Amino acid sequence: MTTPIYEARDIVRTYGSVRALEGANFDVYPGEISALIGDNGAGKSTLVRILSGADQANSGEILFNGEPISLDNPTDARGRGIETVFQDLALANHLNPIQNMYLGRELMKPGILGTLGFMQRGEMRNEGKAAFSALGATVRDFSGPVGGMSGGQRQAIAVARAAAWASEVIFLDEPTAALGVVQTKGVMDLIRRIRDKGIAVVLISHSMPHVLDVADRVHVLRHGKRVAVMDAKKTNVEELVGAMTGALDGKEAA
Amino acid sequence: MSLQTEDAVKSRASEDSLIRQPFSARLGHVVKSQAMQIVLVWLAIVVIFSVLSPGAFLDIANFRNIAISVSILAILGVGTTFIIVTGGIDLSMGSVLVFSGVVGSMVMENVGDGEGWGVAIAGILAALVSGLCWGLLNGFLVAKAKVPPMIVTLGTFGAALGLSQVLTSGIDLRAAPEVLVDSVGFGSLFGVPSLVIIATTVVIFGIILLNHTRFGLRTSAVGSNAEACRRVGINVDRQLIKVYALAGLLAGLAGVLNLSFFRSTTIAGHSLTNLDVIAGVVIGGTSLFGGIGTVFGTLVGLFIPATLRNGFVILGVEPYWQQVVVGAFLVGAVYVDQTRRAANSRGTTRESLYKRIFHRTSSTNNNRKES
Repeated sequence: MTTPIYEARDIVRTYGSVRALEGANFDVYPGEISALIGDNGAGKSTLVRILSGADQANSGEILFNGEPISLDNPTDARGRGIETVFQDLALANHLNPIQNMYLGRELMKPGILGTLGFMQRGEMRNEGKAAFSALGATVRDFSGPVGGMSGGQRQAIAVARAAAWASEVIFLDEPTAALGVVQTKGVMDLIRRIRDKGIAVVLISHSMPHVLDVADRVHVLRHGKRVAVMDAKKTNVEELVGAMTGALDGKEAA
Repeated sequence: MSLQTEDAVKSRASEDSLIRQPFSARLGHVVKSQAMQIVLVWLAIVVIFSVLSPGAFLDIANFRNIAISVSILAILGVGTTFIIVTGGIDLSMGSVLVFSGVVGSMVMENVGDGEGWGVAIAGILAALVSGLCWGLLNGFLVAKAKVPPMIVTLGTFGAALGLSQVLTSGIDLRAAPEVLVDSVGFGSLFGVPSLVIIATTVVIFGIILLNHTRFGLRTSAVGSNAEACRRVGINVDRQLIKVYALAGLLAGLAGVLNLSFFRSTTIAGHSLTNLDVIAGVVIGGTSLFGGIGTVFGTLVGLFIPATLRNGFVILGVEPYWQQVVVGAFLVGAVYVDQTRRAANSRGTTRESLYKRIFHRTSSTNNNRKES
């Protein structure tokens, strides 16, 4: 591990008089699961929004592969292979998994038919199925609307969709918040498989056991700053909670 | 999800069998779809009227009359289906139709000698552009000004009708070149009226556009979850404006057909057209909440009221009853839509109305026993 694939330095973001981020740092390496934790209002969501292009920082630097970049909108981020799965899924419930996967990135037919707006539906179905199965996301019905599927299925589809397009970094905002035990395990396994593809995974979660179970490193945010970076194998829930609440002096981040 | 439960394995096997027999699986899908159910309802109505009046109802000429009466509504219905699939509504199409007819007629009256194809084409273009402009206005107000579609189109419903009356002082225009009336209004090809041919073309165009193109997919997606579309980089506002513009353009086309068929701008004749069309769209299975709908369903949904009206006239039943029956159909169609949606969100099959009522009464009985 030499250069982080994605790095944020001294990010400041204020909303009026509210200082959401006060010089936050963050970094993630390829093939690594970095968990981002912090109490409510610590700035997790703001940081993710900025790093996924949905919001802009007042000051600070974003480095992609060591190069400073600026992201004006989520499309910029996606163009660099950075995908985000937001907490509220963001699937179109009336569409099927394949249509959701290719939404906004439809494969068009070549030539005049494509110009007229015709899509390569067969190609999308085959490649989409292959992408889902490559991630081990067992989608039971590729032709039914995702609205009729279970929460676990939909979350798996949302995560797999992002993973299929993310070539570098994937942000997962509370991917298991609404799931049961078995479904959560399924999504956690999916996250590991994404990591094994060499993609940098950023997991935002409130669930300490899940974080310790799946993450390689844990970044703790407090009051808009990163206060600690822990090796997930050498820490425990008490230490993390201590760092989150400030009851304990964590190892100060670089 | 990686957990290979027995259930998942089984459903994978059934998925494989679906792939192996795509045709029968597709057929099953089609039969179960609401559009197909509504076709069966229409066929039942046809059978009943045919039995009651085999001579007059079951006749090619009669079916041609029904098809002609549906043609103009069907063209409006295609545009309205797209709008309702986005989760919007259009109340303005009847007035836009009238306005387009008025503008078209005025152009045809004032260009050249008022006869011939050159004049007709100028008038047709003027009508189409008028419809398109109203559609763009609707779309802009819905997408950019964020005014609810019902209010926007209620406003343009009144405004387009009012402007038509301003332009004509409230007196219907009758100017239309003979060539247009003869070819479009009353012409036919191989015995099929031109109106029906044009409407069929528009319906087929609508079916292909909604089901096979990116435009159609994004229309459904915007109606299903606009926020999800924004996050994947789809320009939701532009898509909405395009959809309303398409509906306006089709209303302009309907205005041309209306003018050619009735040889009048029928200013007072389209105040309830919007409700007829919306009823047809909803009976056809398009959800008023957006995300899902079919153009073919709309076509059948428009045929049901037209067939009922026609059959009642032949049977000598007071035509007012038709409104009662269509009203009942409308409510029934929305009821089916609602239960299907509820079943989808629960991920279960839908319970029958009978079962639910029965269950409810039996549980209240139990409560009574306990107390």
